Amino acid sequence: MVERTSETTGATEPGAAGQSELQNSASAAPGLRRNPERHRGRLKIFMGYAAGVGKTYSMLEEGHVLKAQGVDVVIGYFEPHGRKDTIAKSEGLEIVPRKEVDYRGSVFEEMDTAAIVARHPQVCLVDEFPHTNIPGCNREKRWQDVQVLLEEGVDVLTTMNIQHLESLNDQVWHISGVRVRETIPDWVVQQADEVVMTDVTPRALLHRLQRGVVYGKEKADQAMQNFFREQTLVALRELALRQAAYEVEHRLGDAGAASPAQQPLSGRLHKILVLITEDPETAMLIRRARRVSDFLSAECFAVAVQPAGDLSGLSQKEREAFEKHLNFARNLHIETRIIEGDDVARALVDFAHRNEITQIFLAQPLESKWVLPLISRNLVKRVVELAKDVQIVIVSRRMR
Amino acid sequence: MPLEKRRKTPEEFLRECQAEEAAATQQGHLKIILGYASGVGKTHRLLDEARRRRERGQDVIVGAMQPKVPSEVEPILRKLEVIPLMSIDGGVAVDVNAIVRRHPMVCFIDGLAYDNPPGARNPTRWQDVTDILNAGIKVVASINIQYVAELAPQIEALTGKTVTQTVPIHFIQSASEIEIVDAPLVEPIERSPAGAFDARNRQQRLSKLREMTLVLAADVVDQQLNAYLEEHGIHQQFGAHERILVCITPRSNLAEMLETARTVAERFHAELTVAYVDQPNLSPADRAALDQRLEEARRAGARIEILHGESPSAAILDFANTHGVTQLFVGHSQRSGLRSRVWGNPVDALIARSRGMDIRVFPQ
Repeated sequence: MVERTSETTGATEPGAAGQSELQNSASAAPGLRRNPERHRGRLKIFMGYAAGVGKTYSMLEEGHVLKAQGVDVVIGYFEPHGRKDTIAKSEGLEIVPRKEVDYRGSVFEEMDTAAIVARHPQVCLVDEFPHTNIPGCNREKRWQDVQVLLEEGVDVLTTMNIQHLESLNDQVWHISGVRVRETIPDWVVQQADEVVMTDVTPRALLHRLQRGVVYGKEKADQAMQNFFREQTLVALRELALRQAAYEVEHRLGDAGAASPAQQPLSGRLHKILVLITEDPETAMLIRRARRVSDFLSAECFAVAVQPAGDLSGLSQKEREAFEKHLNFARNLHIETRIIEGDDVARALVDFAHRNEITQIFLAQPLESKWVLPLISRNLVKRVVELAKDVQIVIVSRRMR
Repeated sequence: MPLEKRRKTPEEFLRECQAEEAAATQQGHLKIILGYASGVGKTHRLLDEARRRRERGQDVIVGAMQPKVPSEVEPILRKLEVIPLMSIDGGVAVDVNAIVRRHPMVCFIDGLAYDNPPGARNPTRWQDVTDILNAGIKVVASINIQYVAELAPQIEALTGKTVTQTVPIHFIQSASEIEIVDAPLVEPIERSPAGAFDARNRQQRLSKLREMTLVLAADVVDQQLNAYLEEHGIHQQFGAHERILVCITPRSNLAEMLETARTVAERFHAELTVAYVDQPNLSPADRAALDQRLEEARRAGARIEILHGESPSAAILDFANTHGVTQLFVGHSQRSGLRSRVWGNPVDALIARSRGMDIRVFPQ
């Protein structure tokens, strides 16, 4: 069997054949541990569950506290949204002017990362961590700009809502009916030194909305019909509180002493393996596997099985789907392989046994289409039958 | 899971009646501000809310303040009407009579966890607050997680301090609203000197308290969410709280299932239930094996459910769907002769028909 490592470019390169595949992966799949480098800036995230809970306000307030202590603080990017309280709070803090970016004849404003690096403050305030930059910027995402600031040794305070966390994307859709496009990989949040919950009750938030504090009247009414329904807000708030609790526990492990988060599951290290296919449900499967791995402190790997050991035998459409899913997994710091085999179940289980995998994650077989279900249902069945000492987790769809 | 309205089961109906009754007896609206340590800014949050309500024209009073008031809140406090604590035998207590007579719209209580001196109206302050609520006054009260009675053993193990004046958790859970103050202590981004062992220990203790606070708040919010959905006849499970259902048979490899379940439950702060689908004509040996497994599960802290139904998979899925289960644990070889010929392999059926959950199949 020939197994090949694909690099982050997404291209499949011929690799060293037949090596024990996963032995060196611990260092290659970081994601969990905080960057130990001394001069890296520290990151603090103000986490909320909706617009208007007060994340930006809290961040600015902390900026003032720091400034009063003699710390060199600047605002790198701040989105006023026309909110009076927030705008007033920004006064007295130095603002690094935004950069103008031309895109298709219009001018957009983005954070000027280079100017902030040149100014080199001790602490930089950056609003809206999950923001996607206009095409033509150096980096696609604001969180990538923040990485640059951190590497330059600048401490960053930033804001985000729980619904932008990648591994919760399906659940957020299930709760709110909104498919959030601007997501942040979980490892980026895990690398933060601190995640603080900005909390307000949904009732208080709805009052703010009604009073026109958050949006203008018309937009507020519209928002309350859609995203800002009470049950949606309550559920998102619960998600945020639980995530914040997890982030705290996760960092307890980092601080040194043995904490539950660092002890391996069941007294042994768990390794999770995800099967990548062209099936669109694969994205959901990867998110869930990533989340479970993180919570169990398990390593996570993903494989695709192809007769040729690469994607060459596929139609362009199929190949694109595979590549998209492999890239998606890698962006979440999951190491990927394409393994050779005609029999997917057999190849998957053999790989699992050879690499001491303890859990295999598969997507639930689809019911409605009429060719696929037989194949995929058989796949699940055969993997369950073939796998010895391996738990099989079948992830079913989070539906609306 | 689609939104659906269906007929209520008798249990649901009963629960609704009880909820209505509870709402009727407790007229006032309680909001709790929960913090994880002293100094995180609970008093500031409380008084700031009082100030904002007053500015919006609401009739607010302060019914209790902590003995020591942080200097930054003094200017806010000076602008608010305060009904002072009354002295009884050298101790102090909330002046419930004066507050009820004054009958403001909202009463603010900074610090819930106080025992009253002997001779007071109630033994504890939280009972005073109940009286104020019952008089139809809204109360906003602050409390530190360390004073929640049921968490006392955990807190003591963590801090080494014994707490004597506490508030029962059901009082916290009965609040209409709960809000946490998750602000950092002292310096926002603390650059602790290298090798400061004590500082690190302290940080760890505080982190643990923070985690407990967040989880308690999440649990209260979860209850409120379920109550809201029930009240509005919405049968949708949101899965914000992970719930594990372990399905066992007399032959289950319970040890591995339970071990994994406990770890997953701990990491996800999940609820753990072990269920068994009742089967008639169980052999005495199987019955004994089953009883032993259920006892083991009970000892592990799981809730036990005996399910009934012709088809095991249907009984399991029905329970899972109505109870918001997000992770279902089953053993692989759950077949039993004739039944599986009639109903198909239950595991296959679970895999095919489940929605919104993970099915974890254990080798047996």
